Amino acid sequence: MPRRDDLHSILLIGSGPIVVGQASEFDYSGTQAIKALRAHGFRVILVNSNPATIMTDPDLADATYIEPITPEVVAAIIARERPDALLPTLGGQTALNVTAELHRSGELERLGVEVIGASFDAIEAAEDRGRFRELMESVGLECPPSRVVRSIEDARLAADEVGFPLMLRPSYTLGGGGTGIVTDAATLDRAVALGLAASPVGEVLVEASVVGWKEFELEVMRDGAGNAVIVCSIENVDPMGVHTGDSVTVAPAMTLSDPEYQEMRTDAIRCLEAVGVQTGGSNVQFAVDPVTGRRLVIEMNPRVSRSSALASKATGFPIAKIAALLAVGFTLDEIANDITGKTPASFEPALDYVVVKFPRFDFAKFPDTDDALGTSMKSVGEVMAIGRTFPEALQKAMRSLEIGDRVDGVDEVGLAELVASCALPRSDRLLRVAAALRRGATVAELAEATAIDPWFLDQMSLVEEVAHQVEGEGPSADGARAAKRLGISDARLAGLWSLTEAEVRARRAGWGIEATFKTVDTCAAEFEALTPYFYSTFEDEDEAAPPSPGTVVVLGSGPNRIGQGVEFDYCCVHACFALHEAGYKPVMINCNPETVSTDYDTSDRLYFEPLEFENVMAVIERERPEAVIVQLGGQTPLRLARALAEAGVPIAGTSADAIDAAEDRRRFSALCREIGVPQPPHGEATSVREAEEVADQIGFPVLVRPSYVLGGRGMRVVYTLDELIEYLRGLYGAAPSEVDASGAPVAIDRFLEGAVEVDVDALFDGAELVIGGIMEHVEEAGVHSGDSACVIPSQTLSEEARKLVIRYTDALAQAIGVRGLLNIQFAVRGDDVVVLEANPRASRTIPFVSKATGVPLAKLATRVMMGESIQSLRDAGFPLPDDQVAGFVSVKVAVIPWPKFPEQDIVLGPEMRATGEVMGIAADLGTAYAKALLGAGVRLPEKGTVFFSLADRDKEAGLEVARIFARRGFRLLATAGTASFLAERGVPAAHVDKVGEGPWDPVTLIQEGKVDLVVNTPLGRRARGDGRMIRAAAQAGAIPCITTVRGGLAVARTLEGAAADVLQVKSLQEWRA
Amino acid sequence: MRRALLVTADGAEFRGMAVGAEGVTVGEAVFNTAMAGYQEVVTDPSYTGQIVVMTAPHIGNYGVTPADDQGRGLHCAGLVVRSMSRIASGPRATGRLDEYLTDAGVVALAEIDTRRLTRHVRERGAMPAAMGSDVDAAELRELARSSPDMAGRDLVSAVTTSKAYFVPPVGERRATVAAFDFGIKRAIVDQLALRGCGVHVVPAGTTPEDIMAIGPDGVFLSNGPGDPEPLVGPIATVAALMGKVPMFGICLGHQIMGLALGASTYKLPFGHHGANHPVRRLVDGGIEITSQNHGFAVDLWSLSSKSPPRPSDGLPGPDRLPGSVTSRFGEVVATHQNLNDGTLEGFRCRELPAFSVQYHPEAAPGPHDARGLFDRFMELMGVGHAASG
Repeated sequence: MPRRDDLHSILLIGSGPIVVGQASEFDYSGTQAIKALRAHGFRVILVNSNPATIMTDPDLADATYIEPITPEVVAAIIARERPDALLPTLGGQTALNVTAELHRSGELERLGVEVIGASFDAIEAAEDRGRFRELMESVGLECPPSRVVRSIEDARLAADEVGFPLMLRPSYTLGGGGTGIVTDAATLDRAVALGLAASPVGEVLVEASVVGWKEFELEVMRDGAGNAVIVCSIENVDPMGVHTGDSVTVAPAMTLSDPEYQEMRTDAIRCLEAVGVQTGGSNVQFAVDPVTGRRLVIEMNPRVSRSSALASKATGFPIAKIAALLAVGFTLDEIANDITGKTPASFEPALDYVVVKFPRFDFAKFPDTDDALGTSMKSVGEVMAIGRTFPEALQKAMRSLEIGDRVDGVDEVGLAELVASCALPRSDRLLRVAAALRRGATVAELAEATAIDPWFLDQMSLVEEVAHQVEGEGPSADGARAAKRLGISDARLAGLWSLTEAEVRARRAGWGIEATFKTVDTCAAEFEALTPYFYSTFEDEDEAAPPSPGTVVVLGSGPNRIGQGVEFDYCCVHACFALHEAGYKPVMINCNPETVSTDYDTSDRLYFEPLEFENVMAVIERERPEAVIVQLGGQTPLRLARALAEAGVPIAGTSADAIDAAEDRRRFSALCREIGVPQPPHGEATSVREAEEVADQIGFPVLVRPSYVLGGRGMRVVYTLDELIEYLRGLYGAAPSEVDASGAPVAIDRFLEGAVEVDVDALFDGAELVIGGIMEHVEEAGVHSGDSACVIPSQTLSEEARKLVIRYTDALAQAIGVRGLLNIQFAVRGDDVVVLEANPRASRTIPFVSKATGVPLAKLATRVMMGESIQSLRDAGFPLPDDQVAGFVSVKVAVIPWPKFPEQDIVLGPEMRATGEVMGIAADLGTAYAKALLGAGVRLPEKGTVFFSLADRDKEAGLEVARIFARRGFRLLATAGTASFLAERGVPAAHVDKVGEGPWDPVTLIQEGKVDLVVNTPLGRRARGDGRMIRAAAQAGAIPCITTVRGGLAVARTLEGAAADVLQVKSLQEWRA
Repeated sequence: MRRALLVTADGAEFRGMAVGAEGVTVGEAVFNTAMAGYQEVVTDPSYTGQIVVMTAPHIGNYGVTPADDQGRGLHCAGLVVRSMSRIASGPRATGRLDEYLTDAGVVALAEIDTRRLTRHVRERGAMPAAMGSDVDAAELRELARSSPDMAGRDLVSAVTTSKAYFVPPVGERRATVAAFDFGIKRAIVDQLALRGCGVHVVPAGTTPEDIMAIGPDGVFLSNGPGDPEPLVGPIATVAALMGKVPMFGICLGHQIMGLALGASTYKLPFGHHGANHPVRRLVDGGIEITSQNHGFAVDLWSLSSKSPPRPSDGLPGPDRLPGSVTSRFGEVVATHQNLNDGTLEGFRCRELPAFSVQYHPEAAPGPHDARGLFDRFMELMGVGHAASG
């Protein structure tokens, strides 16, 4: 069944912003699909609101709509483009849900679009829990006993029937949203209420819990002729009870015998057939009773998923690409396996290595949140590691996380207590298990405590045993070989032998124990591999080809985390493209499976490795590159720059020392003084007394932070001395009098209230400066730039301020010695401009700026880093930016995973919390901002009631916001102080009672749905009172809540444009035309 | 663990640790890419005379259980793995693999760079190797070099049952099958019994008369080790039974049927050993993922007046096989093809009730996609469709 000739154009729906549970894996899958479809002559139309994606690069699809992914907007795009088909299975749950809504409303039929790759029956069958169970039983597969309920009363009856503990699974949700395990009747009602609220159709499955059972997942591909293959089996180290996205997982399955595996395989294929999956990738999840081997089907996803991305990277089988080709009519045997080139895709990959996926958490960003893991996903990213054995892969994965291998306190508690603490799944559980093994806990007792399969525990125990032995015997070739073959790092050996890591390296070299590289080839070496996709291990044979001239290594950005997300991967991918175009051979090193950079056709060679000195150096020694690019992958490669430079590695562009000059606050201050670039008044303190003095001198409010941070970790605005002392106590975990920060000083800057923050991305070649873009933040200075909305072109800067911004950028680029990219944050008040910080590297705004201006900044920067001048690039025909692009306005809005951390106050601050971003493009600011908000999932009311509660310092500025809402016909409610302030200035607002003190309790009003929008600016960090409860109520009720005055102003302005403007869609290519 | 060494006939050395029986062993080194099913592999009589290299790095994880044995005892000449599990973890385990190997006297090596060994075999072809501990490389190399080639050796007589035995059907008896044991796997007998066959498993040397005396509804030709060509007795017996009774062959049985039809067989460079090989059913184009274990293959072109096409670039297509050929027993139709290399995976006689496949529909280890072939055998025996396993 070859390609369908009746289809010519296809609409692909992306997955929108990165959120917990839906990350950059869908950029990877969409990008693959677009490339594959275009290669077969289809016109591809794309909609995705996320600018930080490769798929939205204007040269990838034929028409790229950076628009909100809502049914109305997608319908508008369909009406405009009239595609023959819609492919909804590559954009995660977002794409599937939007398509389902368009189907239900009849829009798809009206517009005459065929859905390919999935059928609605199949989507419904997989998502509707009750129907799914019936279907499974009809083909002889067993599901846990369960009942679908639509009310709390139903749930009580179901609980009686099913018995505790039970699992709640809301229908049509993502990342385990609203799921939970309920152990008793006392907590049932609340959990069911949350679940019903989380389900868009108000439906929850009450299911017998199989906590502690083994968990497996099979990735299945099926073609239109009914042929099915299993791409990969995945086994969870964490048993049932922890969301798969938060579990440590292993591929292939390690503890299933052939009969057990084959029965599961047959069941998976039967499951797809029963659900009615036409073509494409699906995954089926199973639970297996560790005692009896009884197997239950838990769920299936009839689409490309997070685990498909993992399975693709783990096996070399490009699931998304093949899913796209199957959707347009090809069968598996008609598609070649890219890796061998001469065998078909209708086979099952055989692995001769082990892959471990480890989730990356960021609980430090949500300090009010417990890090206990459960059925609702909380991780913000993941790493994948490949080793010849499980211990090697596991340790490589843990090193890839960049969180260190120590857990505080594990050596202080008793062993029994430590073992017991392993029972509760937490983000650091495996580190605890390792510590317990190190201290002599047995595999049996840990298996009992954790329900982790003893095989995994025994493998971990082996590592600890060898480490112990190697430590006792002291440095030796045999010991080193045994340790390295088991995946023990140089850093750990250094600790065991009381040597430095460099000494361990040197000894290893002397003993001839060096890393070897093996190929990921889908076939366990049965056929020759054409694709250079490698991992390191310690074996006899090395398969990597000899070094070749023109090689350039690009260091990736590692796991997605808050502050360092897909934006950096975007830059690295562009570097590979640029290097390729310029005739170099790009080599990629990265460990994040959810990325385009780790696709084996993005670079000339891919090394799937931790971004640690040892692993990076091993690749560099093997490849002998002309240059190594460290400035595009965020802080991860940057922190290696100095060590690499000291090891004699040629760093492309800005030198390691120049990077340090910008990062070290003292050096940076000195440099600013020298060239006359003003900074806010600031100082440094190493004790509470010093902090008091500095604050006294520069005046409150102040911005305090520890030195060397990315993503604003530990940063805060404080308004009083008490708050400052409290902060220091929290930071150092000691009483104020005992705080000694002499080793790690705290930076204290004057916080400029009411200033506008401006972000600049610039490119400098040593002589010429190019301003990529000047972005004006929507929120005031003090809100982390990653969480703040921003606008290109800038809207309120005076000509004078603009000139200063450019002048200072130029001066700083020169003084720092930038070759490549530079990001600077300025605070601007009137004509006054001060520099807040400068980072000589790619920033997270590069993709946004590139989309807004049409200038491929990362590509240009790569060429500049490799020694080309801006002038020569201009001569070569590259578009160079005009920083004040006319014609349209681009707005970026951050997406913050508040719903995942319900205990957390939703106030914006200098600490970044966003996981992703969306972009809105329109002719005017109001519409662009409204589009961006809609893309971020905020549905602004067009009429109704706005509740105001403003901190005193915000009242003056808030007046204008209230005026606009009043003028647009909104009813205004306000707290007593705010209401009288507004009334005195001629804006009528009804006043409410204090929380909990009367019939007009704002929290109750919000809960009862009588408020449509909340504008609440916090009183200060310590205010845990009414404001917080109001915000929490808004959050729980999914009512838009704006926590900054300038944000409120921007929202108010969106009301000025007609709401219908949001539906005026236009492709990026047309905006550029 | 003792240090141990494997040396191939061409002199490549591989260092590891001994994890099985003491001593030295010699055999043809072949690799198997199945990711589970090590016990089925080491107990499969088809591996007689072979040192099996498992490409999956972790072996022994879920232990061993008598339920998974495919032959009586262990048959491979040796086992080579990257990592041997220290524990047996699984609800079905009754013991550990390393102990199982030791008890059975099978030499096994771990900590070997199995990928290097696999690539070596892939590039230079399956070749003899010798391995063991407390022995030097030169001695092993000599042992490997002087070991006889697999081609031309009759390995069946060593593994076939010495006397016939009967396996009763599961449930009601629907047919009687005479099954030649050339090294038969238990999973095959199980699949027949599950479909209601009473199975008379008979020695390889059983005569056509003795077979007919059983009064079988069908004759089954089993899998087995090595080269089919030297098996002149069984080949003649099969030729004598052709057309008299419905016949189904698997693996070596398929090759014997091919030779009985007058076709020739040849040795593949490094064989097919794994559980992921795509096979196309030429009748409807459908694809089965199959379990494979063979070093030799049937050449249907040997019965054709035409010569095979030159291999072209791209995926191997159906033109790599002759559509149908004429044999001494009438027309023979190619029915199955390996999609990796285009080789023949099955044929049937158009005029006689006989068909065979090169791969393993009984799996063990491997996917269960192709079990329907046993149903087809039942149909050929005139006992229609029944519940299948």
